[in-house]
Amino acid sequence: MKIRGKAWKFGNDINTDEIIPARFLNTTDPKELGSHCMAGIDEEFVKRIKKGDIIVAGKNFGCGSSREHAPVAIKGAGISCVIAESFARIFFRNAINIGLPIIELPSASKEIEEGDLLEIDLDRGVLKNVTRKKEYQISKFPGFMQEIINAGGLLEWVMKR
Amino acid sequence: MGKTMAEKILQAHTTQKDVKAGDFIWAKVDLMLGNDITAPLAIRQYEKLKKKKLVDPNKVVLVPDHFTPNKDIKSAQQCKLLREFAKSHKIRHYYEVGRVGIEHALLPELGLVCPGDLVIGADSHTCTYGALGAFATGVGSTDLAVAWITGHVWLKVPETMRFVYHGTLQKWVSGKDLILYTIGDIGVDGALYKAMEFTGEVIDKLPMDGRLTMANMAIEAGGKAGLFPVDKITWNYIKKVNPKRYPRSYRKWKDLRSDEDAQFVDVREYDVSKWEPAVALPHLPSNVRPVSRVKNVRIDQVVIGSCTNGRLSDLQVAAEILRGKKVHPDVRLIIIPGTQQVYLEAVRRKWAEIFVKAGAVFSTPTCGPCLGGHMGVLADGERCLATTNRNFVGRMGSLKSEVYLSNPAVAAASAIKGKIVHPDEVM
Repeated sequence: MKIRGKAWKFGNDINTDEIIPARFLNTTDPKELGSHCMAGIDEEFVKRIKKGDIIVAGKNFGCGSSREHAPVAIKGAGISCVIAESFARIFFRNAINIGLPIIELPSASKEIEEGDLLEIDLDRGVLKNVTRKKEYQISKFPGFMQEIINAGGLLEWVMKR
Repeated sequence: MGKTMAEKILQAHTTQKDVKAGDFIWAKVDLMLGNDITAPLAIRQYEKLKKKKLVDPNKVVLVPDHFTPNKDIKSAQQCKLLREFAKSHKIRHYYEVGRVGIEHALLPELGLVCPGDLVIGADSHTCTYGALGAFATGVGSTDLAVAWITGHVWLKVPETMRFVYHGTLQKWVSGKDLILYTIGDIGVDGALYKAMEFTGEVIDKLPMDGRLTMANMAIEAGGKAGLFPVDKITWNYIKKVNPKRYPRSYRKWKDLRSDEDAQFVDVREYDVSKWEPAVALPHLPSNVRPVSRVKNVRIDQVVIGSCTNGRLSDLQVAAEILRGKKVHPDVRLIIIPGTQQVYLEAVRRKWAEIFVKAGAVFSTPTCGPCLGGHMGVLADGERCLATTNRNFVGRMGSLKSEVYLSNPAVAAASAIKGKIVHPDEVM
């Protein structure tokens, strides 16, 4: 899978109340959730992004609540991938389970600046910062998780079994 | 080499041999919890599956507690979906408004969790049941849907961080303060992906309510579970809430604890004797100070309740402090019992009268204000002191509001004074 988009930067400990505030949790519709993506930090965020853009953040991205609505909102808003120094564990498993690509790469998330154009080849495991002409190797996930990712999510993985 | 408590419980739930930290396992689940926010999304995923059959309806627990009593039409629709799903799938553990409580206060009270159990919940505070010696962890809605049909969950066996508390607790210092200082020490990702294990002579004496409060907030340090070794206090509690299951459970898990030669990724020791009540300042639960160092912070609202501090002993300390006193004219005090049983007991013991006479709201159980849902949402520039678990930006309402966290004693005393104070200032 190939991804190409502009980077939008966020800091450390971005929590799920920032990604999708609880007042918007009275629905399960991905489009509607997507229309409030990151509303807990920046209510205008969804108006500025283009389909395929990429979120780049610091450590512990997605901490707080278990709400799967958080990765669903990110996906629903058209964000193609989240790159972070590290992820909070429930967000991490939710992203894998619903097939939202995530990349844990401390060096990249430090060096990427807002607006940089990024190209990601998930199959080859390469992240390219086109603006800064830099390349990074993305490590594969441990076997079991990679199986779920390859299947396209946990539901798909279960249905195959 | 010995095993940690986490490894022992997870070993008992998988066919894989010699389970150790770092292994991925496909584990058999004893109890699967969802609420009115996360279960509708799980139902949506479940409907996509070809095989639509619950592996065991008696393992499924549905608790409409977040936006109930229904706060708006959309929430009412979500609750209706939950109710109908429970009915059509013959789910016994569905709890209707009027019988429902805040999930993590309700499940232990009903005796649904016993030591050695593996519990998953589509709610991050599912880690609460670690207080009972169960391995309990928060997952997502897709995990929940898959567990409904397969009875299993995928897990990475966590490493364990051990916390040892020495000394004696001062008056007004509780489990809430122990966990706040601990999160303050290690940070909001200090236990990321790890199990936290709480031990030491202070823990040996800590009542179950305090343990539930501590385990509840393991997630605020990024923890996967917050575990307490099983002891007399655990078994006395289990005997009371589930006398039927107690004998079998006791035989199997009597001495459930980590082996002395088990491997811990970190061991932290604290002397708590000089600790005073703690306050977490905006906007992270790790931003912790002793209450005496929080000076002249005026507050507009105080919330006493939630899955962290909505149990009987929490309301008891609030009643003790509020007896014969009045809430400050500029403060709205909202007191929310965790369950109907706690509510009823507060009425019987005449605490409800103390609260109402003091000028407080005394409400039916709900998660409402803790996550800015309803029953106490904050406006721009407002400041709240809450006994809840999170003080993120906008957590209880406006992005321009502020949330401070404390134990119920500090919260009750501060409601009287109109600013954050040590309970000694009113007692």
